[in-house]
Amino acid sequence: MKNVVMALAAVAGLAATGAQAQNYPTRPITMIVPFAAGGPTDVIARIVGDHMSRTLGQQIVVENVAGAGGTTGITRAAQSQPDGYTIMMGHMGTHGAAPALYPNLKYDPAKDFAPIGVAAGTPIVIVAKKDFPANDLKGFLEYLKTNGDKVNMAHAGVGSVSHSTGIFFNSVVKVKPTMVAYRGTGPALNDLMGNTVDFMTDQIVNVAPQIQGNNIKAFAIATPERSPVLPNVPTTKEAGLDGYEVSAWNAVFAPKGTPPDVVKKLNDALVKSLEDENTKKRLLDLGGVLPSATERTPEGLQKLVESEVARWTPVLKAAGATAE
Amino acid sequence: MGDFFSNLSLGFGVALSLQNLGLAFLGCLVGTLIGVLPGVGPIATIAMLLPITFGLDPTGALIMLAGIYYGAQYGGSTTAILVNIPGEATSVVTALDGHQMARQGRAGVALGIAAIGSFFAGTVATLVIAALGAPLTKLALVFGPTEYFSLMVMGLVFAVVLARGSILRAVAMILVGVLLSTVGTDLETGEERMTFGLPFLADGIDFAVLAMGIFGIAEIMRNLDHTEHRDVVRQAIGRLLPNKDDFRQSYKPVIRGTLIGSILGILPGNGAVLGPFASYTLEKKLAKDPRRFGRGAIEGVAGPESANNAGAQTSFIPLLTLGIPPNAVMALMVGAMTIHGIIPGPQVMTKNPTLFWGMIASMWVGNLMLLVINLPLVGMWVRLLKVPYRLMFPAILMFCCIGIYSINSLPTDVMFIGLFGFVGYVLIKFGFEPAPLLLGFVLGKLMEENLRRALIISRGSLETFIERPISAGLLAVATILLVIALLPSIRKGRDEVFTE
Repeated sequence: MKNVVMALAAVAGLAATGAQAQNYPTRPITMIVPFAAGGPTDVIARIVGDHMSRTLGQQIVVENVAGAGGTTGITRAAQSQPDGYTIMMGHMGTHGAAPALYPNLKYDPAKDFAPIGVAAGTPIVIVAKKDFPANDLKGFLEYLKTNGDKVNMAHAGVGSVSHSTGIFFNSVVKVKPTMVAYRGTGPALNDLMGNTVDFMTDQIVNVAPQIQGNNIKAFAIATPERSPVLPNVPTTKEAGLDGYEVSAWNAVFAPKGTPPDVVKKLNDALVKSLEDENTKKRLLDLGGVLPSATERTPEGLQKLVESEVARWTPVLKAAGATAE
Repeated sequence: MGDFFSNLSLGFGVALSLQNLGLAFLGCLVGTLIGVLPGVGPIATIAMLLPITFGLDPTGALIMLAGIYYGAQYGGSTTAILVNIPGEATSVVTALDGHQMARQGRAGVALGIAAIGSFFAGTVATLVIAALGAPLTKLALVFGPTEYFSLMVMGLVFAVVLARGSILRAVAMILVGVLLSTVGTDLETGEERMTFGLPFLADGIDFAVLAMGIFGIAEIMRNLDHTEHRDVVRQAIGRLLPNKDDFRQSYKPVIRGTLIGSILGILPGNGAVLGPFASYTLEKKLAKDPRRFGRGAIEGVAGPESANNAGAQTSFIPLLTLGIPPNAVMALMVGAMTIHGIIPGPQVMTKNPTLFWGMIASMWVGNLMLLVINLPLVGMWVRLLKVPYRLMFPAILMFCCIGIYSINSLPTDVMFIGLFGFVGYVLIKFGFEPAPLLLGFVLGKLMEENLRRALIISRGSLETFIERPISAGLLAVATILLVIALLPSIRKGRDEVFTE
C-alpha cells in the first residue's frame, strides 16, 4: 500500500525534475531505515524525522527495508537517485562493522555516501542474569577469566549490535565465552531473565527497563560518562576496564552525488531537530546520547565512519565473524 | 480481588472515554479493511499507520494500534474463508474448513461463527490478562530453548494428525516444509544455506509468500482448470448467520480453543502460532466423525478461530508486564510505545497505570467493536462471492501481488508467489496437502534454532531434554499423541483408515 502511494509520488516527482535544488524539497522525502519497525534505529529515525519534516516543510516517510544486518536497505538506498528525496538512517553496524561481516558488501561506507550528520548514539551496557555470581565488573571479569567457556554469552544474531559489541568485549577482555545466538534482542533478553544464558552486551534502550525493574543486573556502561537513565551504573573506566567504550551510533546519510545545497538543507534540519527541546527530551529518555558539535557535521560523520570501519574490521576479522 | 475490580474500573474509565472509543473503532475498522487484503498483515498496517498516531496521547495511540492488530488478524481470517488465502500463519487452519464451508454456500455461517467465537475468546482472554497477567509472566520465563524445542516437536505431531490424506504423505510434506525453513542465513554462524548465492534468499523465504502462493495462487489455478468448481461458490448463499444447531456444535470447541489459545499465546517466540493447530487437532480427535474435518466442519473454524484470537490477546502479556515482545507485531508495539515516550518494561504497570489498565480494558472494547463491525459486513463479504469468477480471479491476483510487494518491497517476492503457486497446484494434483507443509515451515525454523541453542547451552548433551521437567512432559505428550495417531494404521497394517 505504502509503496503504491510512493510509486505515485515518484511519478509525480519525475514530472517536476526540472525544479531547482533551491526549491528542495518539493515533495515527500523517503528515509530508508534498514531495520524492522520498532527497533532502536527505527525509533530514533522517527523521532528525528518527525522534527526534520517540520523544518523542511515536507513529510519524511520512513520506509523499513530490513534484512542482512541492515545491509539490504542501505544497499538499496545507496543505489537510489541522489536527489535528496531518498535518504537513510545508517548505524554502527551498516557503516562500521558491515565491511568485515559481509565480504561481498555492495557499498563502501566511506565512499558511497554523502554523510549528513549523526542523529543519536545509544550506549552499550554490559548486563548479566540476576543470579550471576558477581556483583561488580571486577568480580565479573575475574569469574569470566577463571570459568572461560562455561559462561554463555547471548547475542541477537550475527551482524547485530549485540553481536559485534560482544565480540569486541571478548577481544578486549581476552575471554572466550560460548556464544548463543537469538533472533533479535527480545528473545535473548527473555532467556537472560529466565537465567538460561549468563550475560550480553546491548544498547541501553533495550536493557534499561529490565535493569530498573531488577530483572537483570548491569555491570558497566561503555561510555565516558554515566547515563542519567542509569545513574547507578558505573562507566567501564570507573569500573576498571580500559579500552571498551562503544556506542551504537545512528546517522543520516544520503547517496553519493547528492547536491551540496541539498546536503546542507538536510544537515540544517537535522541539527535543528537535535536542538529542539522536545526531540532532545525524547532521545534522552531512551538513554540516547546526543552527538557532539563535530559529529553533527557531514565532515565529522565522514571521519566517524572511517574510524569505525578501521576499528571494527580487525576485531571482527580476528574473531572469524562473517555473515556470508 | 478488590484490586482487580478497581483496576478494571480504572481501565474502563480510560477506554470508554469518547476519544478512546472512537480510536478503538477506527483502529478496528481500518485493521479489518486492510487485513482483508491478502498479504497485507498487521505488521505492514501498523508500520504504515504509526506516523498518524504521533499527534495522539500515548494511551489513545496504543489503543488504536492494538485495534488495528485485532482488526487485521480478524480480516485475515475473512480472506482465508472466502478465497482460501491465509495471510497469517494463524489463519492457515481456518482456511481448511472455512473455505470448504464457503464452497458449500455456508460462508456466512463460517464468518459469523468466527466473529462470535473470536469475541468470546477475546472476552475471556481480557479477563485472564487482567486477573493473571502478572503471575503468568513467569511462564514465559520458564520457557527456555529446551522447553521450546520440545513444544515444537509436539507441534509437528499435531501436523501429522492434521493431515486428511495418508500419514506418509503428510510426513513428507512436513519434512519439505522444514527443509524450506532452513533456507537463508544460518543464525549461529552467519553462513548462507541453500540460497544459491541469490541475495533475496539471504533472509529466507517469507511465510506470507509461501502461504499465498501455495494456498491462494494454487487455488486460483485449480479453480480455473475445473469448470464445475468455479460455480460451486456461487450456488445458493444460504443463511448469513449461524443458527441454533451451529451454536450447539460450536460452543464446546470455542471454549476449548479459547483455553488452548490463551495459554500458548503467553509463550515467547511466537507460541501463539501453535494455538489454532492444537485446537484443530483436538477437535478432530474428539469428533465422533473425524472425516467431516477438511470438508466444512464448523468445529474446524470455531475452535481454531477462538484459539487464534485468544492467543493474539494474551501475547500482550509479556509485552505489558515485562516489556519483552513475543513476536514481530509486539516488537512493533514496543517501538510505538517508545516513540510515544513510554519505555516498555516491568515498570509500566506501576508508572503508567492508566495506560496499562486502559489498554487491557480497550482489548475487550476492541473485540466488541470487531463484532459490531463484522457481523453487518458478513452479508457484504458473502455477496462478493457472487461476483463471477472470471472477474474475481484477476482482482484476487492483483491484490495478492500488491499485498506481497508491500511487505518487503521486493519484486522477487511477487515472482515467488507465482512459483509457489505452481508448486502448490502440482501438489494438490498429486494429492498432497499444503497445510502440513506450512506448519512444518513455521515450526521448522523455531525447532532448529532452539535445538541448536539448547545443545550449545548444554554443551552437546541430549539429556537436557529429559532432565528438564517441562520439556520431558511435552515430549511425553508428543509421544502419546503420535502413538494414538499411528495405532490404527499399525493395527490394520496399512493407513487406509486415515484416507478418505
